[in-house]
Amino acid sequence: MSSDIRFTDFKSDKQPTWCPGCGDFGTMNGMMKALAETGNDPDNTFVVAGIGCSGKIGTYMHSYALHGVHGRALPVGTGVKMARPDIEVMVAGGDGDGYSIGAGHFVHAVRRNVDMTYVVMDNRIYGLTKGQASPTSREDFETSTSPEGPKQPPVNPHALALASGATFIAQSFSSDALRHQEIIQKAVEHDGFGFVNVYSPCVTFNDVDTYDYFRDSLVDLKEEGHDPSDKDAAKDVIFDDETEHQGVIYQDEESVPYHERHGVDEDMSVIPDGAPEGATDLVREFY
Amino acid sequence: MAADFNWAVGGEAGDGIDSTGKIFAQALSRAGRHVFTSKDFASRIRGGYTAYKVRTSVDKVQSVVDRLDVLIALTPRTIEENLEELHEGSVIIYDGERTTMQDVEIPDEMIGIDVPLKRLAEEAGGAIMRNVVALGAACEVADFPIENLDSALEKRFADKGQKLVDNNKEAARAGQSYVAEEYDHEFDYDLETTDEDYVLLNGDEAIGMGAIAAGCRFYAGYPITPATDVMTYLTGRIERYGGHVVQAEDELSAINMALGAARGGARSMTATSGPGIDLMTETFGLIATSETPLVICNVMRSGPSTGMPTKQEQGDLNQMLYGGHGEVPRFVLAPTTIDECFWKTVEAFNLAEKYQLPVYLTADLSMAVTEQTFSPDTFDMDEVEVDRGNVVDETTIDDHMSESGGFQPHEITDDGISPRAFPGTADGAHMSTGLEHDEQGRRTEDTEMRVEQVDKRNRKVETAREREDLSPREFGDEDADTLVISWGSNEGALAEAVEFLADDGIDVRVLSVPYIFPRPDLSEDVEAAESVIVVECNEQGQFADLVEHDVLARVDRINKYNGVRFKADELADDIRETLATGVEA
Repeated sequence: MSSDIRFTDFKSDKQPTWCPGCGDFGTMNGMMKALAETGNDPDNTFVVAGIGCSGKIGTYMHSYALHGVHGRALPVGTGVKMARPDIEVMVAGGDGDGYSIGAGHFVHAVRRNVDMTYVVMDNRIYGLTKGQASPTSREDFETSTSPEGPKQPPVNPHALALASGATFIAQSFSSDALRHQEIIQKAVEHDGFGFVNVYSPCVTFNDVDTYDYFRDSLVDLKEEGHDPSDKDAAKDVIFDDETEHQGVIYQDEESVPYHERHGVDEDMSVIPDGAPEGATDLVREFY
Repeated sequence: MAADFNWAVGGEAGDGIDSTGKIFAQALSRAGRHVFTSKDFASRIRGGYTAYKVRTSVDKVQSVVDRLDVLIALTPRTIEENLEELHEGSVIIYDGERTTMQDVEIPDEMIGIDVPLKRLAEEAGGAIMRNVVALGAACEVADFPIENLDSALEKRFADKGQKLVDNNKEAARAGQSYVAEEYDHEFDYDLETTDEDYVLLNGDEAIGMGAIAAGCRFYAGYPITPATDVMTYLTGRIERYGGHVVQAEDELSAINMALGAARGGARSMTATSGPGIDLMTETFGLIATSETPLVICNVMRSGPSTGMPTKQEQGDLNQMLYGGHGEVPRFVLAPTTIDECFWKTVEAFNLAEKYQLPVYLTADLSMAVTEQTFSPDTFDMDEVEVDRGNVVDETTIDDHMSESGGFQPHEITDDGISPRAFPGTADGAHMSTGLEHDEQGRRTEDTEMRVEQVDKRNRKVETAREREDLSPREFGDEDADTLVISWGSNEGALAEAVEFLADDGIDVRVLSVPYIFPRPDLSEDVEAAESVIVVECNEQGQFADLVEHDVLARVDRINKYNGVRFKADELADDIRETLATGVEA
């Protein structure tokens, strides 16, 4: 690993096709900076991306990467990290990818507490399919498939994470570049599953959850003196429906990641060119 | 062939039928006798008829037969279920003191041996050992030295303490002496022992052992009958070889975890059955398009939908060959015997990595739950070879860079096989994607690159046809006019059926095919035979369709797959050109 890595080394030569002004630009910049700041380089980093506008991030970043099936990014990241504990794994996707089609995986990825980072680019809308309600859309948010709003409450991803046994829960805003990067960096450094929901506004299809809306309404937990190690305080933040927050909501300082609990610490890509030593013991068991 | 002996223990699920049967099978195996087992079971934990059957001989046995010589019946239904297999002189061991067995009627031509199993077990230390009392009684009936049973009991109960082992041995002897003392009868059986060493294992275990031998380090799965045994086998064992097993939340996750580990450079695998294959099919195209080596084991059971989950069927062939949207090459291997489950698993990993694609390794319920004896040399670990294909490292990666300096994991090559770089390899960073991509893995919709990548992926199949030995196994009479073709686990029954037919003067030639795709070209064999019969455990004859397909007249083909529809003038040109060049053979 070279020490003079700059965040631009994580940029690919593909020009993003996101709409001008899309929140995903800022989200990605913060991810790249956090990776560079934590001493990673593209050759020891694996980015897994889902499907949707956010899913394109793997193409615009430069690293080992997999752009997978809709909703299944977390299992892929889990597999990479278990096989390669030496590799930095970052999983990114949208609110549809993570909380709708992939919601089942989210719960279990949180429970496993694999040492990787999960960044959800939450724009509260389905952008790539041109504007349908997402699982985080407001109850009265009018879209082409919900003319009078979804008429069901949005998913509370932080609550879902907390209930699933999360060890790191955070919220950032793509436009607040410094704070966003700082929060992602904390997630990368966390010993376990670092989950960050990022408000990443869609400038084309969401005229409600806009930059202005978040700028005006966001309360910074750091400024509020919130203690992320206080689980009860975290609950209060998570179930406060009246306020939009940014910051680290909860962090379990005692977190023991999956690989430590299960003793999975070897680089599994290295194997002998024949059966492993002692394989004949397996045959003897069948006597 | 030496006389075979057919034995069974049956009762309700929860009666300990499985472990009782396994102990007896193990005892026979340790006595140097060949064993072939089968199970009748239902998809429930308690209640319902279940039986464990053992066929044994000093010669190799590789099939079940419709005959039963000795039956331990814990319930009246066990007798009813097996009436057709029981014959004149068959022995039925039962406990006439058991409430449900008091009024049981033993058919006239058979010999009923009433042994107070529970009472004798209690005297030996506990009612739970009543099945072992029955095993002791069976030893006496079959004239099988009880010391062999001791050996199996020691293996089964060793980790539970010597006291328990001794109690069980005593229980067995109580059953043996009871029969010797109470029944002054000469039974016709004589289970001789030999000095041969055998191991006893089932198809799922052979697959699991093959995976570890092949260097598989990562397994993710979701429990499903009859594939669960692969996972339970690996759990607790693969760790000794630096591997890990994850029980995923569903099959969608399992296959994606396995995919992730494979992208990390590990030899990686998942196993499931039909309903799981349905879910995993979602990710199949991604695995193939991203050219990721992965072994997907499908232990088939009876479908469709939930079907008959504990019954045999070979009904998923088309699903494995054609499942998933779009077109993408995959290999399908179908080991035909339990020992081949081991070797084909090793081969599946090598094929997956050499050709960088998903490989279906398919067994079926019969093979998965059937135990069979083999000489331990059958699984000679020194014979296992690991071929990881075209993997580059820091020193060789330079030959595979684009002009702009990017690594090319989908490099267009003559044989279709591109270089692979594991994460951590300097300058190897690249994208893998289900989108159509260029040589560097970057998304493209360029019509020419699309065609080049599709052709490159398909070229790998042609390369495999040239490089791999896809021969079927042949037996029977090679000059016979009748050709019988089979795939998967039917081979054992077919091998013995051929002997029965030969006794009647009917000679057949048999080809048992373990390669479904790519598969051997059997067209000459089919055309040379007077009659051809394809044997398979399904209704539609899915493999028969393939055999017929392979010998059909060839048609010319016009195909377009660059992402643009046919245009009238272009199509007319294509047809003119095709007519001018004539029919391609």
